[in-house]
Amino acid sequence: MKLSLGKYLLPTYVLLTFLFLGIPIAYTFVFSFNDSIKSNILWRGFTWDNWLNVCNQQEVCDAFANSLIIAVSATLIATVLGTMIAIALVRYKFRFRSATNLLLFLPLATPEVVMGAGLAAQFLDFGWPKGMPTVIIAHTMFTLSFVVVTVKARVATLDPALEEAGRDLYANPAQVFMKITLPLLLPGILAAAMLAFALSFDDFIITQFNSGSIDTFPKFVYTAAARGIPAEANVIGSMVFIVAIAIVITVQVRSSIRQRKLAKK
Amino acid sequence: MAFVALGGSAPAKQQAPKKAGRVALLLLLPGVAYLGLFFLTPLFSLILTSLKVPSATGDIGRYDFGTEIGNYGYAIEQYLPQIIRSFSFALVATVIALLISYPIAYFIAVKSRDKPLLKGLLLTLVIAPFFISMLLRTFAWKQIFSNDSWIVNTLKTFGIFGTDSYIIGTDFAVIFGLVYNFIPFMTLPIFSNLDRLDIRLLEASGDLYANPFTTFRKVTFPLSLPGVISGTLLTFIPISGDYVVASRDFLGGPDTAMIGNVVEANFLRIQDYPTASALSVMLMAAIVILVSAYVRRSGTDDLL
Repeated sequence: MKLSLGKYLLPTYVLLTFLFLGIPIAYTFVFSFNDSIKSNILWRGFTWDNWLNVCNQQEVCDAFANSLIIAVSATLIATVLGTMIAIALVRYKFRFRSATNLLLFLPLATPEVVMGAGLAAQFLDFGWPKGMPTVIIAHTMFTLSFVVVTVKARVATLDPALEEAGRDLYANPAQVFMKITLPLLLPGILAAAMLAFALSFDDFIITQFNSGSIDTFPKFVYTAAARGIPAEANVIGSMVFIVAIAIVITVQVRSSIRQRKLAKK
Repeated sequence: MAFVALGGSAPAKQQAPKKAGRVALLLLLPGVAYLGLFFLTPLFSLILTSLKVPSATGDIGRYDFGTEIGNYGYAIEQYLPQIIRSFSFALVATVIALLISYPIAYFIAVKSRDKPLLKGLLLTLVIAPFFISMLLRTFAWKQIFSNDSWIVNTLKTFGIFGTDSYIIGTDFAVIFGLVYNFIPFMTLPIFSNLDRLDIRLLEASGDLYANPFTTFRKVTFPLSLPGVISGTLLTFIPISGDYVVASRDFLGGPDTAMIGNVVEANFLRIQDYPTASALSVMLMAAIVILVSAYVRRSGTDDLL
């Protein structure tokens, strides 16, 4: 008896915790099908309407579109800047190295409200009006360190001998980078870009301080919470969830297939 | 993921870094300048703003540069309960999240080690909440715990709960929401640390007649400390500045406001920038002191 208890206790606990983690996700998904009138609080019956006509609530769709534009722009800039820093950090010795590391670590250790208020205070002092550009600037700033950390891990596993081999075969530095370094770093860079996109897309606090009248999806939800969130917001949340999970599963399945192939060889 | 990397992973092979050239400088400069301009100088803007005085013209929301240290005294005097609440909520939520997350991380990293498929599935489940908006998740809990909800009515029917009791707006609801939102942030760094734990050490401990509890206390837990430190920091810091969960429109009420709620109200609603900035500066100072003390005591210098 004692043995079986010890054997099943931990798995049962893990299962229960995962069920607990899933409750609000399931709730959001189920209520995206609610035949709600204005506020989406009580269950009134099943309908496909919210999914078929997401943009009936024009504000939700506009906010979603803004979130996409912001996340794509911030991801592009942060991924380029972050990858460059990551390569420099692993490959080169330079002065102010620990200062650079500290500068990269600090944004990870700063509460969002401090970064948001600080940037907003600076935009105020500079007299820059808040809008789409200021949100993109803010999102690039707070995702940059995450990109560096993620890409750095990949650069560190790269064997410099491969690049040396390229040079030995008379490739110029540009060719070495494009044909050897970049393709080998690509999985790390893609992972970093996905992370930056997810962080930017879901960000609320920094956005609220620096967006002025621009609505993003999380900002829309925050404002709508006072009077009740429309079911269309649940639809968008559920769609994003499904797409993201599909991407993660695809990546995992592909890498496990590749590993199995490598093991056979 | 970054959280995994934050667990203090060691590179597979130590490469001898080349000496700095123009290339290194070119690679570093744009990103470093960017962080300087949009991360560092804003912190100075925050300090400058926290010392501003109301504009001579007397317009609302207009302030002139000054050296009004009194703004800090005013902020503390006005908002001491919210300041204390932020740190106590963050502390309690971090401890609870650690207690909940550690067994999960242990199960995925150690017990599922030889089952890659199960491990992948479990890891996906841990990060799944990230893929649905944090605000929607928090709002879902609000609906679930609202006054006439199924769960609250059931509790009342069985007499576990008084008829005039409520959940939303209590300290419990806010801490519950905070714990829920940050379980993945705690689990991932601990997992990435335990994932590299050498099982032979646990077997050796067993061979030396240590019972499982002693093995955990003397071997597993001490070795996983860097992961625990990353996890607690990734949980405590964001919670101390959070204002969504404690907001009245979500799980909070009139008596649950944290520093973040006060900064938001002062900065974005009543445009009292100096008070909001003074509070932010104090929050940042507290975090910096806390983090450096914590990291130094636990001896993990390379968090990046």
